[in-house]
Amino acid sequence: MAVITMTINDELVSGVEGQSLLSLIREQGIELPTLCHLEGLEARGGCRLCLVEMQSTQRLLPACTTTAQEGMSIQTHSERLVRYRRMILELLFAERNHVCAVCVMNGRCELQDEAAKIGMDHVRYDYLVPELPMDATHDKFAIDHNRCILCTRCVSVCDSVEGAHTWDVMGRGVNSRVITDLNQPWGSSRSCTSCGKCVQVCPTGALANKGSTVAEMVKRHDFLQWILDGREKKQWVMHNGGSEGRR
Amino acid sequence: MKRSDLQAMARRELDRQQATRCRLLCCASTPCLSSGAATVQQALEQAVTDNKLDAEVVVVSTGCMGPCSRGPMVTVQLAGQEDTYYENVTPESARQIVAEHVMANQPVADKIMPSDLPFFAKQHKIVLANSGVIDPERLEDYVARDGYAALAHALREMTPEEVCAEISKSGLRGRGGAGYPTGLKWDLVRKAPGEKKYVIANGDEGDPGAYMDRTLMESDPHRLLEGMAIAGYAVGAEQGFLYVRGEYPIAAKRLEKAIRTAERRGLLGSRVLESSFSFRIDIRIGAGAFVCGEETALMASIMGRRGQPTPRPPYPAQSGLWECPTLINNVETFGNIVPIIAHGADWFASVGTAKSKGSKIFALAGKVNTTGLIEVPMGITLREVIDDIGGGVADGFSFKAAQTGGPSGGCIPAEHLDTPMDYESLRALGAIMGSGGLIVMDNASCMPDVAKFFMEFCTDESCGKCVPCRVGTVQMHRILERITNGSAAPADLQILQDLCTMVQETSLCGLGQSAPNPVLSTLRFYREEYEAHIQRHECPAGVCKMTEAPTLELVEALPRRIRELGTIPMSLA
Amino acid sequence: MTTLATKRTGRKADKAEPAVSSKIRLATAWLGGCSGCHMSFLDLDEKLIDLAEVVDLVYSPIADVKEFPDHVDVTLVEGAVANVDHLELAEQIRQRSKLVVSFGDCAVTGNVTSLRNKFPLEDLLTKVYHEGPGAVPRGGEYDKIVPALIPRVLPLHQVIEVDAFIPGCPPDPERIWAAVSALLAGEPVVLPEKMRMFG
Repeated sequence: MAVITMTINDELVSGVEGQSLLSLIREQGIELPTLCHLEGLEARGGCRLCLVEMQSTQRLLPACTTTAQEGMSIQTHSERLVRYRRMILELLFAERNHVCAVCVMNGRCELQDEAAKIGMDHVRYDYLVPELPMDATHDKFAIDHNRCILCTRCVSVCDSVEGAHTWDVMGRGVNSRVITDLNQPWGSSRSCTSCGKCVQVCPTGALANKGSTVAEMVKRHDFLQWILDGREKKQWVMHNGGSEGRR
Repeated sequence: MKRSDLQAMARRELDRQQATRCRLLCCASTPCLSSGAATVQQALEQAVTDNKLDAEVVVVSTGCMGPCSRGPMVTVQLAGQEDTYYENVTPESARQIVAEHVMANQPVADKIMPSDLPFFAKQHKIVLANSGVIDPERLEDYVARDGYAALAHALREMTPEEVCAEISKSGLRGRGGAGYPTGLKWDLVRKAPGEKKYVIANGDEGDPGAYMDRTLMESDPHRLLEGMAIAGYAVGAEQGFLYVRGEYPIAAKRLEKAIRTAERRGLLGSRVLESSFSFRIDIRIGAGAFVCGEETALMASIMGRRGQPTPRPPYPAQSGLWECPTLINNVETFGNIVPIIAHGADWFASVGTAKSKGSKIFALAGKVNTTGLIEVPMGITLREVIDDIGGGVADGFSFKAAQTGGPSGGCIPAEHLDTPMDYESLRALGAIMGSGGLIVMDNASCMPDVAKFFMEFCTDESCGKCVPCRVGTVQMHRILERITNGSAAPADLQILQDLCTMVQETSLCGLGQSAPNPVLSTLRFYREEYEAHIQRHECPAGVCKMTEAPTLELVEALPRRIRELGTIPMSLA
Repeated sequence: MTTLATKRTGRKADKAEPAVSSKIRLATAWLGGCSGCHMSFLDLDEKLIDLAEVVDLVYSPIADVKEFPDHVDVTLVEGAVANVDHLELAEQIRQRSKLVVSFGDCAVTGNVTSLRNKFPLEDLLTKVYHEGPGAVPRGGEYDKIVPALIPRVLPLHQVIEVDAFIPGCPPDPERIWAAVSALLAGEPVVLPEKMRMFG
């Protein structure tokens, strides 16, 4: 694999051809927030928090969907970028009803974390206070649309890793909503395998295990890499009539 | 069908046309149809039959003639005479036209729209040359005006490289709004590695008040197909898609018919004009999403996915439909291909300015005396368009602004009326060429209110994928609402401006990136109007009702008012 | 960044400053909230003694003062703006304080107090009072005893200008101490990452 050299925050770094900017940036130990992207899922470029500044054109590009290229020079934390990231977080907090104090993910929520990291101590915009439902018809899980930030990690993991494609998005703009099947109650979904991957990748308290109450929900992302690795190494392929699985 | 068959068909049709003494052209485009053109055409046909004129007079339903606000339009073509345009034709005046003009050679004076009006004289019709002249549903009409000759010429005399070079040389730029050089794009797709390639015509025209593409598709569908086929030959594609806005049923119907006819005659499909080149065109109908006019969202829609944009790069020229190199151009861009191949790049480049060649179609709307669809040479001034072609603003009112480019565009004030209409000059004013929407506003319009209208449009049409566009447009709309209802605080103006720049610079696709333009451009030229709303709570144009008060003022006034009223004004928050 | 230092020199008070004490005049106010933030404030424990050395607590739910006084240096405001009394008090606080601090999530975001914003006021009052048991005052209308609710609960900074924010539900004593000591030292409130989390 060919090696490329580029500049991140005035430092020369090298990476592999075809590597995403985001992974190269993170390899340097630089923290870059991503609320829609999750390692192991297809990059989407929707939350716009991982935008970086191209030094040559001053244009902003999402690090998750941009490929690192020879000779590129970028800034990851310019004054403008930090200001915009804060504004985006404010927009997200104002969009739906994120009341951290009474959330299952209080203390472990990625949205809450990013706000604290960047120092977003209040929201300058109107709270939109939309009227949104919950769906607790599933045996094990529940979704609270009030806390959904429409990152669509659930849609992505359900489609590309579980292969069920139970989740999708309906509506548009600020009225978009993630749905199960053709907007049927989750509990009645015949495509849902109840695997729970969507719950684990959800960055906020929108998707949670039933029965967990304030600050009780713990999510694990590491399963994703575990499955993808196993799949790549064909660890679940049956040999000699028996399973040589990882377990 | 071979090239010689084509020529034979053209001759037969011309002979037939010359054999008729009189042709009555009746516009059958959406604007005229909506003002009663169908009954006018019936009346014309009935009058012809009643007067036993069937042998010498034909009634032809055509595409758009231009002055849409004066429709239904009828053109009388009498052998040996100049064409006569009739406006606001009713079934009664239609009978009158047949009885007096056709039979007695006495034109119906009070219904005539003089052909030497600047409305016609200042136009330069390249793309719309056939519009309003031919029957869009008859292949023979198109062929009689050299239809498909350019395709035949390209297939026989030119290599794909030469076609791309000719388009590059003409200086044609994308008519969808951004103005990317068309020849360059074609060449990129031609050179892109890949066995399968696609051509897409973007007919998902969505700007409020704009209908250039609809008119072209309704009035001259074969020109579009021929342009796409030439493109297919030039870039090496065998499949084309025509993405037609769902709200354009007549356009879709006529295109469908044109495709079937062309396929039957061997002008599309396998072995076009008996050459080794095959090209198929399929129609895809949009489902009412403005964002599907954005190329990556449009391609997602064609592939049957949710109409949402994806980040570029990769550009469609590298990886488009099903990851294959894809050429995507606006319908009007394709409308320019046939004349360029037919008359040559130099002929085309002789029209327009140094950097913007050819003509541009505009949908002239708003407060001018004549609205309609016009095609003007690039570089014409806004003043000529409004005062000469549009006949000026109505008496008693004065010009205030011209809005170009719809929800992605901006407003141009009176002091810039002499700006030439080309890509660069309009951009320098914070407006854009756009796809061709041109709305004229007089002093009865309130600019913050106009900005609010476009922002509301964007909040409705945002797909919801990226945060700045999805939520930012809603927040900007809220502030504009406060400004126009009197409840904005002075700080709101800065918050609005900051949101504008942020949404512009961080949104994923063109919709979000350009959504703040109407606000920024009105702030640039009409800032005092915003300030009047916020500081003095008055709307200088008298449009906004200003029924609310700022929260901070309410804070002082509210407890007192509640004690007085014994109830809460529900307007707070 | 607003600090006590800039505010002291920057803004002229309406009346002459009272010359009696050199101590900083601190106030705390309780709008629409559960008083949890004040409880957490009391959890400063022995630090309260240190605090008392340098401040005069001139107004607070834990001090029996009826009228919000003039010439306050710093006011910590707990709770969101939910009724007309809050509006009135917020306005007084702003006029009479040099620095106003949103104290806790309800003041900063509306938080739990604002959960009612999803329901029209009328429906809410009907559900809670009119359809509830017993004879109760009709809500919503101003009845000269119970302050009328405003249609939507607002975070403090949407009603008056706010100089600093202390998030948390409630902010723990460490956070409060970090913020208060910065304020008293005339420094801007910049809380470390772990101390600025909502919730």
